[in-house]
Parts: sequence; C-alpha cells; structure tokens
Amino acid sequence: MIGRLLEGVPRRGLVVLAALLVLLAVFPLFASGYLLAVGFLILYFAYVGQAWNVMMGFAGQLSLGHSLYVGLGAYAAAALYVHFGLSPWIGLGAAIGISVLAGAAIGFLAFRFGVAGVYFAILTIAFAEFARIGFDHFAWVRGSSGLFLPVANYTENDLWNLRGSPTMFYYLMLAMTVGAFVLCHALLRSRMGYYWLAIRESPEAAEALGVNVFRYKMYAVVISAAMTSLAGVVFAFYYNNLFPEQIFHISRSIELILGPIIGGIGTLVGPIVGAFLLTGLAEGLRELMLQLGIDVPGVKQVFYGLCLLMVIMFLPDGVWPPLAKKLGLHR
Amino acid sequence: MPVEIYLNVAASGLLTGLVYGLMALGLSVIFGVVRVVNFAHGEMMTLAMYLTLLLFSALKLDPLVLLVPIAAVLFVFGYLLQLGLINPFINRPEHSQFMLLVAIALILVNAQLIVFGPDAQGIRTAYSFDSYQLGPLIVDASKVYAAGAALVVAAALFAFFRFTLLGKSIRACADNYHGALVVGLNVRHLYALTFGIGAACVGAAGAMLMAVTDVTPTIGPAYTLLAFVIVITGGLGSMGGALLGGLLIGLTEALGGVLFTPSAKSMFAFGLLVLVLLFRPQGILGKKAA
Repeated sequence: MIGRLLEGVPRRGLVVLAALLVLLAVFPLFASGYLLAVGFLILYFAYVGQAWNVMMGFAGQLSLGHSLYVGLGAYAAAALYVHFGLSPWIGLGAAIGISVLAGAAIGFLAFRFGVAGVYFAILTIAFAEFARIGFDHFAWVRGSSGLFLPVANYTENDLWNLRGSPTMFYYLMLAMTVGAFVLCHALLRSRMGYYWLAIRESPEAAEALGVNVFRYKMYAVVISAAMTSLAGVVFAFYYNNLFPEQIFHISRSIELILGPIIGGIGTLVGPIVGAFLLTGLAEGLRELMLQLGIDVPGVKQVFYGLCLLMVIMFLPDGVWPPLAKKLGLHR
Repeated sequence: MPVEIYLNVAASGLLTGLVYGLMALGLSVIFGVVRVVNFAHGEMMTLAMYLTLLLFSALKLDPLVLLVPIAAVLFVFGYLLQLGLINPFINRPEHSQFMLLVAIALILVNAQLIVFGPDAQGIRTAYSFDSYQLGPLIVDASKVYAAGAALVVAAALFAFFRFTLLGKSIRACADNYHGALVVGLNVRHLYALTFGIGAACVGAAGAMLMAVTDVTPTIGPAYTLLAFVIVITGGLGSMGGALLGGLLIGLTEALGGVLFTPSAKSMFAFGLLVLVLLFRPQGILGKKAA
C-alpha cells in the first residue's frame, strides 16, 4: 500500500518531504509559545487549504463559502460538548454529518439546476451568509453573544476531550495536515481523481466520455465539506470561543482559499507552501510594524494586499509550480 | 401593528432600494461587458461615500450636487484600474480574476481605515429631518431625492447605451469580443471605459446614500455582497434587472426587518437570492445563456 502511494514520486521530492516532516515534528521542542501558535496557524491553513483544493483544484468547483463548513463543524462539536459533555470525537461525527448534509444540499441544488461558475461561487457565499445570520439568532448555541468552552489550566493533555496544551494541538494539526496530504495524494491517483480532473478541464467532454459528472462533483463537495468540518472542530476546541459573526464571515472563507491559490491551485504541495508564505508574511509584517512602532490599524493589511497583488500578477499559477520546476521536483 | 407602518416601511425600503439598484447597476454593467465580477464593488462604494463626506464638509455642497464630481472621480479611478490592472487578467481563469479583485478590495478597505479611522461618520443636510406626507404615507425627503437622482442617472445610462455610438460599440464588445476586435474596435479602451462607467454609477450611488446613512470602512464587503444579491436576483448583465433587483431587495430587507428582527433582515435577502438562483438562475430579467 505504501509502495503504491510512493509510486512515481521523484526521490528528491521524498527526501525534501521527509526533511520537512522531521523539521515540523521537532519544531515544538525549540519554539516559544508565540512561534508554536504561529506554527499551529500555518498547519491549520495548510489543512483547510488542502480540503478546499479538493473541490476547486481537483474538480474545478469554486467555493467562496467554505467558512460554512468550518463553522458548522465547530458549532456542532462545541455545542454537544457544552450541553451534554460529549467528547469532540463523538461531536466530530455530528459535525461531519451536518457539514456533509449542507454540502450535499448545496451541491445537489446547484448541480441539478445548472448553477455554475460565478453563480455557483456566489451561491456558496449566500449559504455561508445565511448560516452566519441564522446562527446569530440561534439561542441554543447562545446566538450572537457567542459560545464559550470552559477554560481551565489543564495539567495533562486529554486527547479524548481535546483539552490540553498548545503543543498537543500542534501535533494534532500536524497529523491532520499529513493525513490530508496523503489522502489527497491517494484521491488524485484514484479513478475518481482522474474523473475530477476531466470534469475540471471540460465538463462536456467528461460527460461525453461517460463520466457521471453530477455524481463526481457531489463527491468532491461532500469530501471537501467533511474534511473542512474536522478543522472546525479542532478550531473550536483550540480557541474555546465561537462567534457566528467571526467564524462564518466571508473574510474567513477568503482567508482560507488564499493559501492554495498563492501556493498553486490543484497541486498537493501548493496549499502547504501557500500557508507558510501567507501566515509567515502576516506575522512577519505584524512584527515589523511592532518594531517600527507603527500602530495604525490597516497598514499591515495594505501591505498584505500589495503582496497578494504582486504574486497574482507575476506568478499566475502560484508559487509552487515554478518553484518545483527550479528544484527539479516536478514529474 | 397598523397597516400604515408596513406601508411606510415598504415605501422607505423601495426608495433605498433604488439607490442600491444604481450601485448594483454598476456591477451589472461591468460584468455584462468585461465579464469580470467586481469583488471590490462595495469598497468603491465606501470610497465614494468618504469623498462625499470630505467634499461636503469642505465645500458645504449638497450631496445631490456632489454626485456629479464624485461620479467623475470614480470614473477616472475605474478607468485606470481596468486599464492598468484588470485588462491583463481578461483571459485568465475566474479564480485568478477573483484573487486580483480581492487583493484590490483588501487594499481599498484598509487604506480607507488608515485615512478615515474606524468610526461611523455621517453628514447632516438642511433637509435631513424633512419628510413628505402622502395620505397615510410619511417618507423622508432625503430618500425621495436620492431615489429620484438614482432614476435620473439610470435613465441617462440607458439612453447612453441605446442611442450613442460609443454606447453601441460597448454593447458590441459585450456581444462578441472577437467580432468587436475584427471590426476594429479598441476593446481595451472600451473595457476601461465600461469599468469607469460602472464605477461612476457607484460614485453617484455613494454620494446619494451618504445623505441617507452613515459610513465606516468595514461596511464595504457588506455592500459588495448586497450588490451581488441584487444583480443576481435581477439578472446579471441586465440593466433593468439591477434596478428591479434593488427594489425587491430593498423591500425584502425593510419588511423582513419589521416583521422579524432588524438584525436578521439580510437573511431574507440571501434567502431570496438562493430561491432565484435555483429556480431562475439567469435572474428575473436575465436572458438565458446560450
């Protein structure tokens, strides 16, 4: 099985991947609390970027409302924990169930009724916004005043209830990122993966060749939604507070897709590279502002926007494809 | 509650809806011709509103007078934006264009945050508290003027696209990009002109809206979404559809706010959008894509 997974991956690529993995694994031994938090954030964006990439990068369906699945996952697990004391891993079942249902409903409605392209993207925004305002008035999860998880000083790491130190969350997120990478690698090599690429390149041609376009687009949405909701569960237990205004907000959806677009859409390494670059850039700018003593809100985001603009103008395929070529890692 | 309240709320919603409609008209014109979805639309709207605020406090001119110079400034802004940044992206995939406009929106919002600060600001005209009474209806004078001006600007735009040579050549670009190139139209210039016209609509709408409501930099994305909802409801690329969508959304939000809670009002707009996308994806007045 492992042999099949590694098939066709260039040896240099394997060496680089292994080195990166070792580096990430020993990182918490040296990192300060702040750096560890940044590391968690990078891995979080790498993971959700990978999940989003299944839908856009593989199957070509642009979703601008992925905060919906993050939020649904976060709220499902957190509410079950707060109300019934259920473990987040049991809550994860509910989270995935709800997100898959939501994704399937959106996918079904959109693909059945022929909503595509820009319209599909805006439909996904509409559902996320609908959920944002709906959860603001959803009393069982405390509406707009926010849902808080009990916080205490946890002396030991309780992985079953996801209560513990930032280091535990870091390793959990690392495991999820690696898992998502392996899963996506396997998906891309599967029959379904090839169907997706065919659909992405030309839905009409795929249809003509006998691919059930509707079914495989649905699979892409559902898999992406399920993966994203897992990130939502971890997000809820890491930050311990949830506000509909924040978690479902469109800026969250956009933040989540910048990584894979900057890194390289449709590639496996792109979302990871993008997450490193963007989170690194954002934190670096924050540090720079601090050093320069500039305390005007907005300055950081303007720089951030300018950097995005530069990348999108001069590297239309993202950072990774040309970089991979330089390093001799492309197939 | 007495019926008059609903009537009053509905009238006020319809009037504001016309101003929203003019803003959305800009988005619709840009998409209809350039085929780019302007994700920075709401941010351009707040830019126009701040310009109105500045000029109002400096010159003490009425927002309805200011809408002409502000539409002109936004026109130049839109023209240069399209010519310099967006034209190279015309043949790139949708997500690439989307990223470009998201980056522009990010820069616009935060530049406004730096310059104007985060607090809500508004202006007070001589007629801010005036109102007209029409039988049981009482409507704000500012809203009546704003809606009237929106109708005038929209009518001027209709006439421009229908009767002038320039308007016709822009429509030719929209109908057939390659055909327009073949007959020797300067498509790059016409695209920039179109984006400028769309931005000018936003400028005019922003100036008028300033007479009715306050502005903060962070409201930009909400206006972008509002414009999306309106044009898709009405029909993306259809000019009449944008105005009709504006009226519908204005009405829906106003009635939703009074029937349920005001904070949930946008939910009804998004609900309407979802219904329209599912049952008439081309929008109420939109033409079915071939």
